[in-house]
Amino acid sequence: MANRNLVNLNVNPCNQCMPLGAATAFKGVEGSIMLLHGSQGCSTYIRRHMAAHYNEPIDIASSSMTEKGTVYGGSDNMKKALKNIIKQYNPKIIGVATTCLAETIGEDIKRITEEFLEENQGFLEVVNLEKIVSVKTPGYGGTQYEGYYATIKSLVDTLAEKSEKDNRINIIAPIVTPAEIREIKRVLDMFKLDYTMIPDISETLDAPFSENFSKIPLGGVSIEEIMNMGNAKLTIEIGQCIEDNMSTGLLLQNKFEIPFMRIPLPLGYKNTKEFIKTISEISELPIPNELIKSEGRYIDAIIDGHKHAAEGRVAIFGEPDLVAGYTEFCVENGMFPVLAATGSSNSTMKNLYKKIQSKFDEEPIIYDDTDFQTIQEISKKNNVNLLIGNSGGKFVSEKTGIPLLRMGFPIHDRIGGQRLMHLFYEGGMKLLDDMINTLLEKKYSSYREVMFEKYYKGVE
Amino acid sequence: MGKLNNTGMLDERKDFIVCNSQMKDKKIKCDTDSVEGSVSQRACVYCGARVVLNPITDAYHIVHGPIGCASYTWDIRGSLTSDSEVFRNSFSTDLREQDIIFGGEKKLEGAIEEIVKTYKSELIFVYATCVVGVIGDDIDAVCRNMSEKHGIKIIPVKSSGFAGNKSTGYKAACNAILDLVEDGDEPIVKSKTKVNYMGDFNLAGEIWILTDYLKEIGLEVETKITGDSTFRELKNAKNSALNIVQCAGSMIYLAKEFEDRYKIPFIRISFFGIEDTIMSLRTIASTMSEITGDKNIITKTEFFIERKLEEIGNKLDFYRNRLKDKKAAVYVGGGFKAISLIKQFRDLGMETVMVGTQTGRPEEYETIRRLADTDTVILDDANPTELEHFMRERGADILVGGVKERPLAYKLGVSFLDHNHERKHPLCGFEGSINFAKEAYESMLSPVWDIVREYRKSVGELNG
Repeated sequence: MANRNLVNLNVNPCNQCMPLGAATAFKGVEGSIMLLHGSQGCSTYIRRHMAAHYNEPIDIASSSMTEKGTVYGGSDNMKKALKNIIKQYNPKIIGVATTCLAETIGEDIKRITEEFLEENQGFLEVVNLEKIVSVKTPGYGGTQYEGYYATIKSLVDTLAEKSEKDNRINIIAPIVTPAEIREIKRVLDMFKLDYTMIPDISETLDAPFSENFSKIPLGGVSIEEIMNMGNAKLTIEIGQCIEDNMSTGLLLQNKFEIPFMRIPLPLGYKNTKEFIKTISEISELPIPNELIKSEGRYIDAIIDGHKHAAEGRVAIFGEPDLVAGYTEFCVENGMFPVLAATGSSNSTMKNLYKKIQSKFDEEPIIYDDTDFQTIQEISKKNNVNLLIGNSGGKFVSEKTGIPLLRMGFPIHDRIGGQRLMHLFYEGGMKLLDDMINTLLEKKYSSYREVMFEKYYKGVE
Repeated sequence: MGKLNNTGMLDERKDFIVCNSQMKDKKIKCDTDSVEGSVSQRACVYCGARVVLNPITDAYHIVHGPIGCASYTWDIRGSLTSDSEVFRNSFSTDLREQDIIFGGEKKLEGAIEEIVKTYKSELIFVYATCVVGVIGDDIDAVCRNMSEKHGIKIIPVKSSGFAGNKSTGYKAACNAILDLVEDGDEPIVKSKTKVNYMGDFNLAGEIWILTDYLKEIGLEVETKITGDSTFRELKNAKNSALNIVQCAGSMIYLAKEFEDRYKIPFIRISFFGIEDTIMSLRTIASTMSEITGDKNIITKTEFFIERKLEEIGNKLDFYRNRLKDKKAAVYVGGGFKAISLIKQFRDLGMETVMVGTQTGRPEEYETIRRLADTDTVILDDANPTELEHFMRERGADILVGGVKERPLAYKLGVSFLDHNHERKHPLCGFEGSINFAKEAYESMLSPVWDIVREYRKSVGELNG
């Protein structure tokens, strides 16, 4: 664990745990509500963390296990919880995720679920519930990144079936903002593609104000759509850091012989270009004028910005795919990524070396499974002048004075984290402007003094 | 929907909810475990312990468990410090699968060694989380051994999440504090003018405001528990003449222990709102004058109150005129806060139509019922379904609560007042009362609600 300053201690964590990823994924399923099987705190913490970021009510139930459940098994708690969730929310689907506690005492949630369905047949006839999907997400088993993908995989594994082949494409959505999911969908729609986006948080985690508030937010991928995923002609996984063991694309390939491809987030020029080219080829439609114009404007913008960008020495942190995407964005604009860091353990991170090496006269540092104390020390030692990542970086910023441009999750100390949009050409321009302006703000407010101190020798 | 009732409210929750006078004989059920699947707003034992101990500024707080517990509580409490910033960091043993299988004691030992080696630490708290309770790590033994080895204070906090509810965590924190106080080897020198202030966590500098008030009436705060406190300060706690208890939910156990062990009496007060601030100052003064036999403090206190009231002048009238007859809904953590809020809204000419707490105690609910209007809905350990239902039914104009409740209020088109531990301005004392009124006014009378009304109207017309 050389990726952290201390061996036995994580000082200021750069990640959350698996159940939070599960919650994010389940929130993108229509008519769903999540039950966390464990003690009461897990659900409340995750609700608080997500509510503060998305500014949306986040209802997650808990089986509220106590000492008794821990000693004798929590099956009664979980069954009671399932029933009470249905009474309160009348959902179409309940996602059950486990916690450290449930996994450590060896709860068999699949069996408990089956028993519940068996024991409550009469009750279940009069409610909306169609499915219960469970996923194993012990907090010690990984971060939100792994929890998110484990949940998508479990949803598809449980629900997808094969009947009649159709022309649809499965899109495995990355962990990005609701606004970014909306933008990905908008671009896919430009190519008139039929697709199933799983999960789809575009409406559920950034819901419009409505006269009729709905306790389960409207939107999300439907059960029917997920069931139909076994018939698709192709699966596209958006994200270059997804490891094979968490890949839903691979699952669909093995189970239903659906070919799959993994493409990076459309972040920065190269990856946006590739994304659009791929979609254009699949759809057999030309790239629409709107995107061509936007590409030209983007090129114009990076030329305008390149000399300022060259002054950037950046530390990037967050979930693996974001770190990879923003790092490539820096590299192609001539900003040196001093540090690319994630709290997740991820074997693909080292692939980033190849993309940075020989382009700068310094070696970048790439760390997975790291913490903010390490990020702080490296940033300070290596004269980083821009931090890009989630609000956890506010500590590094406070202590070092290096400005922090916020992206990713969580953003608790600024408003609008759910609306950030850095994808494709339009988002890239906004990102580049924000990065450069953050550098300029510092430069313009200090260069007079710096030059004076450095060069003014006084009057003889 | 068949047999489901259309409000979605749970039968099992009925005993936790009363409509004040209409149900005179019904006792409210409280201080018990949450109903499974109810979507309680409460956290866990660990959370209770962590929020109470975390403001101790020079302590190293090691969360022994998987990373989540540390991650979700990192710097969530806006407690300010006049000295060390150590407490704002998050230290975790970050247990992984292997540790769950083979036990985490070695890792904990290693973690303590690293803290001792890397930093100059005198005080370490080690929090037990759910898994630690299950895999049976003997954190008592680890703490004892490491404590002896390094000659520093290392206190285990029994806070496995499943072992009770948030209040259990408060008690675990109090026991940790007692452990620390007992340790003070100095002889007990009883002071006649020194007091302890229990249950303020120095959000936005509140304990600084309150210690200044006490100074004005001639009292010195020996130990603040726990806002802006230090290891040394806590060790001196038994020297005081009186314990002043604000957040009774978390501190009443500690105050009672102090009474038993060190013969220090306690009084309960609250500095939220003008009415309670004045009452609290007078209670403190009269209690202290009984202890010391010195009547001077009472005169001093009256002068101080008069001066502060003069300073405020008619500043509150601006808000009173504009907020009159509006309706408030309250859902907060502890009972004492709810009690003060009812009075505070009354002072602004407002009625509290719904009031609830996460961890209120029976005697606090009695007080709430005495103070609240006849139709007020009172609820313990509420969930979003109930909050939504009663806010709508009672036509609340504003909700007071924390981060989780805020988006719900906004989605319902209801304004909001942040009375949580993340706030950035003080709400206590005389100056806090003005901040409170100002915040309520700024939210309730914001021009955005005009737009919301217009929008609703246009949507309504569109839908016929």
